[in-house]
Amino acid sequence: MQLTVKRAEQDSPLSADALSGEYAIQTRGLNIHYGGFHAVKDIELSFRKNRITAIIGPSGCGKSTVLRSLNRMNELMPGTSTTGQVLYHGQNIYDPKVDPVEVRRRIGMVFQKANPFPKSIHENIAWGARINGFRGDLDELVEGSLRAAALWDEVKDKLSQSALRLSGGQQQRLCIARCLAIQPDIILMDEPASALDPIATLKIEELMTELARRYTIVIVTHNMQQASRISDFTAFLMVDKGRTGFLVEFASTEQLFVKPQDKRTEDYISGRFG
Amino acid sequence: MGTRQAFEEGLDGVNKEILRMGVMVEEALRRAVESLVDKDGELARAVIAGDAAINQLEQEIEDRCIVLIAREQPVATDLRRLVTLLKVVTQLERMGDHALHVAKGTLRLLPETYMKPLIDIPRMGELVIGMIRDVLTALLNLDAALAREVAQRDRLVDDLHNQVMREVFTYMMENSRFISQSISLLFISRFLERVGDHVTNICEWVVYSATGEHVELNQ
Repeated sequence: MQLTVKRAEQDSPLSADALSGEYAIQTRGLNIHYGGFHAVKDIELSFRKNRITAIIGPSGCGKSTVLRSLNRMNELMPGTSTTGQVLYHGQNIYDPKVDPVEVRRRIGMVFQKANPFPKSIHENIAWGARINGFRGDLDELVEGSLRAAALWDEVKDKLSQSALRLSGGQQQRLCIARCLAIQPDIILMDEPASALDPIATLKIEELMTELARRYTIVIVTHNMQQASRISDFTAFLMVDKGRTGFLVEFASTEQLFVKPQDKRTEDYISGRFG
Repeated sequence: MGTRQAFEEGLDGVNKEILRMGVMVEEALRRAVESLVDKDGELARAVIAGDAAINQLEQEIEDRCIVLIAREQPVATDLRRLVTLLKVVTQLERMGDHALHVAKGTLRLLPETYMKPLIDIPRMGELVIGMIRDVLTALLNLDAALAREVAQRDRLVDDLHNQVMREVFTYMMENSRFISQSISLLFISRFLERVGDHVTNICEWVVYSATGEHVELNQ
């Protein structure tokens, strides 16, 4: 079964109401195990459309695990089992009838370390679109994606040059452009700026704010200033004694950083976390 | 806990300086009112000269707060406390200015013979000095209940100010020779009444610092 979100006119199990709902993606009773290890438990999160949601928490709390569950990236790791639901515009992406490739097309991902293909800048963008059956004007798609990723002006004269010759920040924006070329509606970002210098980081952050007009963004970050600067909502995760991650608090970023409701959130964000 | 040692030490340092500034302001007010009652020009001039040190301390505390924000990037309660301290320091500086104005009033009134013994103005002075002391205790202990209680006392200060006002109006109407003196005393009463308002503002910030809620305590 295809995810039929953007093509509501097709044979879609979704009503128009579901499409216009305020959440792009929601988790319901989400539990993830890696073999015998219970990685995260009972995660209930609702990510608003066209907003940036940050997931923060100490190392090993399962931030990236939760993020990867949002586009079924976890199951690429052997021994992973996921229970509960991840509702993409109301539709459970873990439904056995849903094609995980289609899920990842709709819900793109940008990783911590920029990972361009060892090919030209142009090809980095065109390739994914081509194998996804894109039949339009590839040059147009490349330019549009690079513009949307705020990279066009820097690379327009060297599209045939190897992507590996770009700077770290440019490579990361190229990966974002590559993700956009597949026309997702949600973008997951796993520490997208942690390997970048402050200027490149700022560009990525500005880009994210710009992208949030058209896309829903979920970002995992270790950098709390970054979370407080760019996100609209923040989820704080922690680990219990068995090292299983759980959700402590989920609120607007303003609320969470000025007036957190949970003492554990307060301790963590103010650097008093033992 | 205690992994934010540099921040805690910085905040502690600012708190101590705020207390020191509070004591300076209390002292300035006490001496200003005393100079008025005793018609002590020298004491009044000492209060006026001492205001520069209060202003200087205000800037030093502000600088320390700004450095703490820049270097420690506080959030949540830490941030609310620091912003509160920045607000409080401004209120304290204004109170220092009011002490100075009272002292200037003393100098203006030196050649005059008081039309009556001063009773209510010294009482206002005592009241606001007590309010300053207690609100600073509330500030350091993040004691919202005490802050609310202190703010209640502002009504007494307002009542005394209204009483002074009625009284001097009567004197002015009775005898035009008293107009100049009456106006000076009325201003002094007004300065002390304003000190009470500044204390109330601090009370509101203490409640914010402790709870994250903005409240209006000025009735």
